[in-house]
Amino acid sequence: MMGDIHFTSYMALLPELYLAVATLLLLLYGVYRSPRVDTPMVLLGLLIVAITGACVFHCFKGTQLVMNGMLITDAFSTLAKYLLLMGTALTLLLSADWLRENGGKPFECVMLMLFSTLGMMLMVSAADLLTLYLALEMSSLSLYVLAAFDRDHAKSSEAGLKYFVLGALASGMLLFGISLVYGFAGTTNFSALSTLFTGSHDVVSRGVIVGLILVIIGFCFKVSAVPFHMWTPDVYEGSPTPVTAFFATAPKVAAFALLARLLMQPFGALAGQWQQVIIFVSVASMIVGALAAIMQTNIKRLLAYSSIGHAGFMLMGLAAANEAGVQAMLIYLGVYIFMSAGAFGCVLLMRRQGHYIEDIRELAGMSQTHPASAFVLAVFMFSMAGIPPLAGFFGKLYVIWAAVGAHLVWLAIIGVITSVISGFYYIKIVKLMYFDDPKPAFDNDSSLLLRAAIAISATVTLLFFIIPTPLVEQAKAAAEALLK
Amino acid sequence: MLTALILMPLLGALIIMLFVRGDGEHAAGEARYVALFTTCLTFFVSLAAWIGFDGSTANFQFIEKHEWFTGFNISYSLGIDGISLFLLLLTTFLMPICILCSWESIQHRVRAFMACFLILESMVIGVFCALDAVMFYLFFEGMLIPMYLIIGIWGGKQRIYAAYKFFLYAFAGSVLFLVAVLYLYFSFGTTSIPDLIKLAPTLPLSVQKWLFLAMLASFAVKVPMWPVHTWLPDAHVQAPTAGSVILAGILLKMGGYGFLRFSLPMLPLASHYFAPLIFGLSVVAVIYTSLVALMQQDMKKLIAYSSVAHMGFVTIGIFTFNIQGLDGAMVQMISHGLVSGALFLCVGVVYDRLHTREIARYGGVVNIMPKYAVIFMFFTLASVGLPSTSGFVGEFLVLLGAYHTNTWVAFLATSGVVLGAAYMLWLYRRVVFGEVVHDDVRNMHEMNTREMTFFIPIVLLVLWIGLYPKPYFSAMEASVKQLVAQSAVGVKP
Repeated sequence: MMGDIHFTSYMALLPELYLAVATLLLLLYGVYRSPRVDTPMVLLGLLIVAITGACVFHCFKGTQLVMNGMLITDAFSTLAKYLLLMGTALTLLLSADWLRENGGKPFECVMLMLFSTLGMMLMVSAADLLTLYLALEMSSLSLYVLAAFDRDHAKSSEAGLKYFVLGALASGMLLFGISLVYGFAGTTNFSALSTLFTGSHDVVSRGVIVGLILVIIGFCFKVSAVPFHMWTPDVYEGSPTPVTAFFATAPKVAAFALLARLLMQPFGALAGQWQQVIIFVSVASMIVGALAAIMQTNIKRLLAYSSIGHAGFMLMGLAAANEAGVQAMLIYLGVYIFMSAGAFGCVLLMRRQGHYIEDIRELAGMSQTHPASAFVLAVFMFSMAGIPPLAGFFGKLYVIWAAVGAHLVWLAIIGVITSVISGFYYIKIVKLMYFDDPKPAFDNDSSLLLRAAIAISATVTLLFFIIPTPLVEQAKAAAEALLK
Repeated sequence: MLTALILMPLLGALIIMLFVRGDGEHAAGEARYVALFTTCLTFFVSLAAWIGFDGSTANFQFIEKHEWFTGFNISYSLGIDGISLFLLLLTTFLMPICILCSWESIQHRVRAFMACFLILESMVIGVFCALDAVMFYLFFEGMLIPMYLIIGIWGGKQRIYAAYKFFLYAFAGSVLFLVAVLYLYFSFGTTSIPDLIKLAPTLPLSVQKWLFLAMLASFAVKVPMWPVHTWLPDAHVQAPTAGSVILAGILLKMGGYGFLRFSLPMLPLASHYFAPLIFGLSVVAVIYTSLVALMQQDMKKLIAYSSVAHMGFVTIGIFTFNIQGLDGAMVQMISHGLVSGALFLCVGVVYDRLHTREIARYGGVVNIMPKYAVIFMFFTLASVGLPSTSGFVGEFLVLLGAYHTNTWVAFLATSGVVLGAAYMLWLYRRVVFGEVVHDDVRNMHEMNTREMTFFIPIVLLVLWIGLYPKPYFSAMEASVKQLVAQSAVGVKP
């Protein structure tokens, strides 16, 4: 049993180990040198993320089980790690201004982001229900604290508390589901579960199904899918904007990747049981995301509902329950982190005399006061609406493609209809910026780092259609590895 | 060559956005000249495509094909045949005219305007050249962004409402087209248009019906057919003159082109099945919107409704499935693009002087602007379908084709021609003839050289098509014949 613990198998864990050690070293640097965030600290954080990415690249050698089958690295987890590290890096870049303002935020903020990223990396590698739960909690606990990071603001504290209470409830359900699955199946290991269910669909007990549903519910909380989305608008609105940007990128990738692995690997043979649940959640998310956002005037709430709608689209890929579906979901995720990070970057530009502004009406006439910023925000909005040739269109194209391929044509039709409805509020923002009379200009002192984050996101969103192959091919390889 | 056609305007737009700096009159002037130069150059290159075009074959020509989305069989492929050639030429021909007509009427944010127009041109050229359904969709939908901005930023008082309506109508229609395309992909494993034309007609009628309806949703909004035409009057009235010209001249043709490129050859059974429905809607469009046009007080709105009626002839012609009807539909599309575009320019000319489009505010213009009266007269008659103008050729052929298929349709559509004469001539009488009653009309000045410059080529072209259409027919003959054959695949006589 203990025989396969040897050095090479730990090599596959190098990225996680490196990230853990490096973050702890950065913590020491923070304690001894700079208790407040300064530029070197942000840059060091970025460097750590970049080196971790390099380690992920270096350590990927086909599918490998590590630590007695508790963790796994394969093409799927590798791509998910790239994406979530990208999300973290973009968030770090665009939080730079916020982190350094008023002499710098407490340095723990950067640590929490990195520790949360570590948890997420373990999440996407989880190959056992226990590691799944531990990794999820590791990342979530950091996120709870981050949500409440502006502790002098009531809204931020409220967001943190709300997120914590509801998140804990979701974790409870998840854990209960896991215990049911364990109780009825007798194992928590993914491959063992998979073997157990394959070829025996008629004898799967009710307990496993109930457990599975509870686990799915737990994940629906994490990816903010309807009907478990209630926390999203409040937490998105209350948390400091860079933290919201973080919520909208890396944790989304991790939760979706983990959900995909869970449904496709151990419970792959039970697709007939969970598919309808995912279809329902997907449809509900798309509809709520499209309708509820129309009346929003706070841009962060608007983006929160928009993220619910996008979650619905990604779940549509998952609902197809095949390789094309997983590939589509990964492409959508890859595109979405750039659109989302870019959009939040633009929200961070909305400042007057150092105060952040969140009312969308204040965007009026931005095309005349800040032509470049208005242009990129318009690009993100059209992209989220799914207008070609921007990147968001291709995300939608692939999930709809997968749904049609899985004979879910009506699901695809609901998807395109909701995307038209949501088009309304995306173009409303463009209308405000381009058609209305200008309001006073925003502050023009944003740093190079923030601008770089927005520029990277905009470039990817705008030019994805020229060289789509890298992401598409990687996603294909990942999906193949997952369904092997 | 086709890639160059798509990229040239895009390059022009980039130059304007990146290298023309500042907001002053100087920068605006530079932007105008760059745009004019680019569009003229694009026009000459497209002329070269016509000269190099081989009219004896129905195959796609100037084909370019490159891998794009590997593994999904979406390729970057371009090509034109006799049908798309003339719509392409129409586009490149009207664009420099649009730039010229906005020379003075657009005064704020000139750089952005010119950039939007050039991007729009490249998208429209892409639509007519694309030989891959996903690429077609990409351009078809991508053109919403610049058009939305053109209506919304430089439009009239109700521009925001009109821009929303335009965007959401077009978006809602086209997404269903996308689902249909994906369905075809899963049936045949390709999105290439020439391949789908070969393969798709084998689908059973029950499937074809659904696909046809999904595509109809998209093309009917663009044409626009009654009852989804309501975005058009708003968009036309609110858009700046150049925007109206492009809407009427080119964007509406994308709907007709869609029918010719997708519905007819790919879904022949369903096309025949739904032909009576299309005839019904078209006849309603011809008669009802003509009646509505009679009642309009706003010049642009009147011409907008007349567009719906004229496009009704196009859809009738397309669904006759015979050579006369299809030839007629093609000529009618080109003719309508030129004539209604020119009519919007005519409105633009007086609007620039008086800043109102209300018919009652004019009257007696002939006494002040005789040259303008002649030009306006010419296009009014062309719109009515006077023999020797292009409008006559189109309407006559469509009616001839319809007469072969369905006498009642031909009869009812002909009544639309009479109504068309009524509202157009009445409009002309009210604006141009009579006594000058308003003082500000007296102060209007005659058209200047720039304005004459953009009318003369259209006049010549309309006369050319009206008097000697043979070069056009001979270039599209093979393609139309093939289309007739394709649209009869599997149909029981």
